[in-house]
Amino acid sequence: MQDATRPRLTIPEPAFRPGDTPDYSDVKIPKAGDVTLPPLDVEPRLLRNHAFSIIRILRRDGEAVGPWAKLLTDEDLVAGLKQMMTLRKLDARMIAAQRQGKTSFYVPQLGEEAVTIAFQRALSDGDMNFPTYRNAGLLVAQDYPLETMMNQIFSNEKDPLAGRQMPVLYSAKDYGFFTVSGNLGTQFVQAVGWAMAAAIDGSDAVAAGWIGDGSTAESDFHSAMVFASTYKPPVILNIVNNQWAISTFQGIAKGDSGTFAARALGFGMAALRVDGNDFLAVHAVAKWAVRRAREGLGPTVIEHVTYRAGGHSTSDNPEAYRPKAESDAWPLGDPIERLKLHLIGRGLWSEERHAQAEAEIHDTVVAAQKAAEKNGTLHSGPSPRRRGIFDGLYAEIPLHLDRQRKAAEKWL
Amino acid sequence: MTEMSMVEAIRDALDVMMTRDSRVIVYGEDVGYFGGVFRCTQGLQQKHGRTRCFDAPISESGIVGTAIGMAAYGLRPCVEIQFADYMYPAYDQITQEASRIRYRSNGDFTCPLVIRMPTGGGIFGGETHSQSPEALFTHVSGLKTVLPSTPYDAKGMLIAALEDPDPVIFLEPKRLYHGPFDGHHEREVVSWKGHPLGEVPQGHYTVPLGKAAVRREGEALTVLCYGTMVHVALAAAEEQQVDAEIIDLRSLLPLDLETIEASVRKTGRCVIAHEATLTSGFGAELAARVQDTCFWHLEAPIRRVAGWDVPYPHAQEWFYFPGPKRIGRAMRETVEV
Repeated sequence: MQDATRPRLTIPEPAFRPGDTPDYSDVKIPKAGDVTLPPLDVEPRLLRNHAFSIIRILRRDGEAVGPWAKLLTDEDLVAGLKQMMTLRKLDARMIAAQRQGKTSFYVPQLGEEAVTIAFQRALSDGDMNFPTYRNAGLLVAQDYPLETMMNQIFSNEKDPLAGRQMPVLYSAKDYGFFTVSGNLGTQFVQAVGWAMAAAIDGSDAVAAGWIGDGSTAESDFHSAMVFASTYKPPVILNIVNNQWAISTFQGIAKGDSGTFAARALGFGMAALRVDGNDFLAVHAVAKWAVRRAREGLGPTVIEHVTYRAGGHSTSDNPEAYRPKAESDAWPLGDPIERLKLHLIGRGLWSEERHAQAEAEIHDTVVAAQKAAEKNGTLHSGPSPRRRGIFDGLYAEIPLHLDRQRKAAEKWL
Repeated sequence: MTEMSMVEAIRDALDVMMTRDSRVIVYGEDVGYFGGVFRCTQGLQQKHGRTRCFDAPISESGIVGTAIGMAAYGLRPCVEIQFADYMYPAYDQITQEASRIRYRSNGDFTCPLVIRMPTGGGIFGGETHSQSPEALFTHVSGLKTVLPSTPYDAKGMLIAALEDPDPVIFLEPKRLYHGPFDGHHEREVVSWKGHPLGEVPQGHYTVPLGKAAVRREGEALTVLCYGTMVHVALAAAEEQQVDAEIIDLRSLLPLDLETIEASVRKTGRCVIAHEATLTSGFGAELAARVQDTCFWHLEAPIRRVAGWDVPYPHAQEWFYFPGPKRIGRAMRETVEV
């Protein structure tokens, strides 16, 4: 029996575990349109409500309401929907490809498609993302070639990273997509440095850092916040709160701090919290933060509230730690369904067009996969040059490594 | 030529490069207004402006992490970690990020970055102001790790590092900042002024990374050393009257294998000296290389003289520090085998 007058260790637990029936009906979700649109030069301390509420535009019936609405053109919205559908299809195909042994690993972004695809539309050429491994939507939003993504996933002969990296750790400088690394949080502070460089250089480029809810516990999250707070470079610091870090629910990383966006308040930085499954809201918030950064008004921290509907990766089984039906019970719904409803309501889309688009996207993704598989998959077909592992570590190969290469070549 | 201490030579290298290349940005803890706790950046902020040389929060991972981002942008940051003993919070950024960005992105991104760190003991710095963590960097593929022992080299190597397209760990033996030190702590401190190696050219010049320097030619044995140990070994050879060939490695990775091998093949004997602890220290790598490529020329076992395998102590400084007696004895024993 614990003595109530003594210190005790608190171990936070998620509300629901396997076997439970998830019920989020008591979770307070602010109404769409309720959160105000602050001026770009707002004093960060005035954004306390924004750090604890959720900016939402799309109502349950699909209508766009409130001061944050009406930023995107009809074409942008339709293109965004198709890109979200493309990313979801890519995920499904690549998970299947992993099960077939064509690659070793894959990380899906099921349910989080709006976060990256809507955000990327607020950036311009010359801006730079510092993504995590769950941000491939930043590439899909720019129509980065699917075949090239798959070449990387399959580690084949045309893999732009020469077979060196695990699947999905893409790098695409020309698309403003910094090389993804496996160790968490490191890129968040690098984004701040890149933005500092842009400011030193006098350019108007901005950087976007990305991190998940779990990785906010890494020390580099704190370093990034301190440096961004001190030097006020043009950076947007995105926290994608998908509720789960592998098997660990967000409460373990967050404790009782209320929200992740609220972390920004202590650093004197602008904080916004947004419905990550609301394509319009993510874009509006991104646009606000990007403009603020570009006009030299300082960094913004955005918490995207979403839900990791899929497994953490192909190596994960979420049924071991959370209810199977939890993603259906999640109150913010599905980003694709919600944008689809909005577009249908405005007469810009229909069930028929949706079905047709799905079929077209299926064909496009399958065609890209077929083309990529011709370049090889992990265990069959053409593969990257084995001797290539000695190239490109340094600008020029040093003597000790050159000797190793020559010794190793005898084994080829 | 001007007489300069190592501190002045480092400052001059930064000044030369900041003047030549607007991409060179210098920052770290106390580096800006104050000019650094060792004065290595004194006057740079006043001369080049606050956005070129500035103070940083006390966050090593933040300093290195932001510098990696800057390097990716296209600048050439030169950041300072106040003591090498405090680089550990940045170790993740150094070993898993800076070192691998070129490789893992297949050249899509690069990381031209210099990280300066005062290193080494002999100053009563105790546990966390005396460490020599070079082996923790030389073990990391993708880094260059260098360490000068004279003002001339400090300036030329730092300029070379700042022009290098890859990340360079630039270790500065703080015991040598103001004068050479041969381990004779009982004698008066000497200054670089008037010392032949304190003569430093003005303006731009480089000392190429990856090239060792033969500090004393000899026939009896080869001594492989770097940093403060170069001066200790020179004194020990003199005192023991051993005709040692003393090689200042200067660059640990890339390593000047050709100079090392040519010397050991000539002398047939090898002693390795470093301040860092013995077990799994850089000396183990050197010994392994020498026995691998010079085995048939060796007349005696390779001896290593190093710091003891303990944390750097305070009061027992001179019992820990591999001084001229210990190195001299190893030389003599190696020659007499």
